[in-house]
This record gives sequence, structure tokens and C-alpha cells, in this order.
Amino acid sequence: MSGIGARRTAMIAGAAIGIALIPGRVEAHLVTTGLGPIYDGVTHVVSTPDDLIPTVMLALLAGLNGAAAGRRALFALTAAWLAGGGAGFVCGQPIVPSAAPVMSLLALGALTAADRRLSSLVVTGIAVTAGLVHGALNGAAVAAAGREAIGLIGMGSTVFVVTAIAAACAASLRAAWPRLVVRVFGSWVAAIGLLMLGWELRPVG
Amino acid sequence: MTRHVLDAVRLQWLTLLMVLVSATPLSAHVLHGQATGFLTGFGHPISGLDHVLAMIAVGLWGAQLGAPAVWLLPVTFPMVMAIGGFMALVGIPLPAVEIGIAASALLLGSMVAFEARPNLGVAGTLVGVFAVFHGHAHGVELPAGANGLTYSIGFVVATGCLHAVGILFGGAYRWTAGKMVLRLTGVGIAAAGVAFFWSAVR
Repeated sequence: MSGIGARRTAMIAGAAIGIALIPGRVEAHLVTTGLGPIYDGVTHVVSTPDDLIPTVMLALLAGLNGAAAGRRALFALTAAWLAGGGAGFVCGQPIVPSAAPVMSLLALGALTAADRRLSSLVVTGIAVTAGLVHGALNGAAVAAAGREAIGLIGMGSTVFVVTAIAAACAASLRAAWPRLVVRVFGSWVAAIGLLMLGWELRPVG
Repeated sequence: MTRHVLDAVRLQWLTLLMVLVSATPLSAHVLHGQATGFLTGFGHPISGLDHVLAMIAVGLWGAQLGAPAVWLLPVTFPMVMAIGGFMALVGIPLPAVEIGIAASALLLGSMVAFEARPNLGVAGTLVGVFAVFHGHAHGVELPAGANGLTYSIGFVVATGCLHAVGILFGGAYRWTAGKMVLRLTGVGIAAAGVAFFWSAVR
């Protein structure tokens, strides 16, 4: 790596560690930054594993299926997230089952672990489904917390950026072993999803 | 040109890393117990020597077997382990969990000690069967009040890290002395398995 490249890499790594150390404030599952609803929405997605992990998994899955699938998923996921968010906000209460995000973790992790070639259409369909589910839950949470709907724009923006980065990373993989690392990551997420499903179904009391 | 492409790829991955680490269960946990869940989940697999040795043995055995077992076994283990955890969470009992865990250390250690080379299906099945016992134990011992998602993330990540330790240590397999060290480690794990077994049936 060149000297400039090394410095740039070190700066980004330092920034990553710095961001990791910044304490977030969570309020009713939504983040309050004090910078307004858009920034609250921006911060919500990157500080909430429930939303961030499926977003990254979907992007990696799309990227593993090629740049074209990644590009389609990028716009489909963001648009569906915003549409679902709008619908959830208008309804004011969750319009999807509470186990739906768990199923998205399980399905996206398993598909990534399997690393089967999927058509762009299938990847787009998965992106739309995931976007609608998570967006609807976010929209309902925003409405329930009495926040402004414009926060959904912040969430959608973050989903777009995160998806673009992760899909680009996965699409750029050429060697076999980095793809294997992504598959192992997928198996972890599938395992987390299955455990969460057990968590949802466990007897109370 | 190639260097610029490599720099760009590294920047992409570092940026993704930056986004991922910013999902801070640690910060959220101050208010909602999420980090308690993550740390509890992360600590669970590494707090018991039986779990630790069995999972490291999976990595060591995978390294001995080479590709594709070296990545297939660590992929199989957490997914099947989650089935065991799922069973425990929904209340499906599993008999002789402690004996199963002890047997996993004994048998997986023996596989490493004898440098056993069964076909991939047999190896995967063996690892998968034992993973159910480990997962069930994790699910049953889930502390009340822990955050489900962060607990699950913690314990899957810890399990994966233990496998990675085994695989990294298993890299010594390329040297003659390293092969012997790995086999001796397998003997040690199997011997510990006997002790766990004795403790479980006593």
C-alpha cells in the first residue's frame, strides 16, 4: 500500500474506533441525537443491530450475486424501507408480525451462508420484502414515540449508504476466501436469527 | 492502477467496518441492558472449559482436514448449535446435555489426536450432533432479563472466535513439529473430555 493510502486507511480505522466509543442514547427504541429528526433517523439505523444487521446481510447477499443485483437491491431496499416506513407511520402501530424481523435475519443469513446464485429479480424481491418489514416497524415506532415522520428520510438515507458500501464490498470480492468469510458471517447471522425465533416463541412465565 | 484499486477496496471494507462497529450494544446497554446481554452471551461459551475445548477442537480438526472442512465445520457448528438453543428456548428438553458436551470434548479431541479423516458428511454430522448439546446448554442457562438479540450475537460471535482460535492454531499443521503439537493438543482435549465425562456421570 502507498504511504498516502496507508495514512488514509489508518485515519478511517481510527475514525471507526472513535465512533465505536461514542455512547449512543436510545429512547423507546429510537435514538435522540439532539440534532433533529433526520439525524435521529440516520443514527437509529447504524446504532440498532435489529436494523443494521439485516441491512448489511441483504447488501452482502446482493453483492455476492453481482454488481447488477447489488445496484437493484440498493434502490429497491431503500424505496421499500421508505414506503414501509410511511405505511407504518400512517397506521401508527406495527402492521407486520413481531417475528418478521427475526425471520429476515434467519433467511438473509441462511441465503448468504448458502451462497447460491440468485437472479437479480429474486434479490430485488427479497430486498423489497425486507425493506417493507423493517420500514413498517420503524415507521410505527416513530409514530408511537410521537416523533416527526421526516426521521424516516434519515433512516432511508442511512440504509442507502450502508447498502451501497456493503454491496460494493461484496461485489468486489474475487478470491475464494473472502467470499468464505462472508458466508461464515452469514451462518452466524442465521444462527442469531434462529435463536431470536426461539426467543419469540419461548413460553412466558 | 492496481494499487489504487486495492486501496479503494480496503477503504470500502474499512468504511463498512466503521458502520458496523458504530452499532453499539455497549452504549445502548447503559439504558436497556443490551450490553449486559452481549457480554453475558459472549462470556457464556468462554466461561466453561468444556465448551472452550470442544469448540477449539472443531477448529483444530477443520485445520487438519483442510478445505472445505476448515470452513464447513465452523459454518455448521453455530447453525446447528442455534437449533439446540432454539429447542431450549421453546422448552423442548434434551436428555444428558452435560454428558453430550463431555463426549464432544472426548470425541473431537480424539479426532484431532488420531488425525481422523472421515468423509465430510460424517465429520459434519459428528460436529452437528454435538453442537445441539452445546446450543441447548446455552439456551437453558440464559439469564433472566438478558437482551435476546445482543445475547445471541454475543454467544454466536464468541463461538465463532473460539473456532477461529482453533483454526489459527491449526495453521501449525503445515510443519512436521506442528502436526505433533496438534495431535498432543488433541490428546489433552480428549483427556479433559474424560474428566468432564466423569464429572457428568458421577
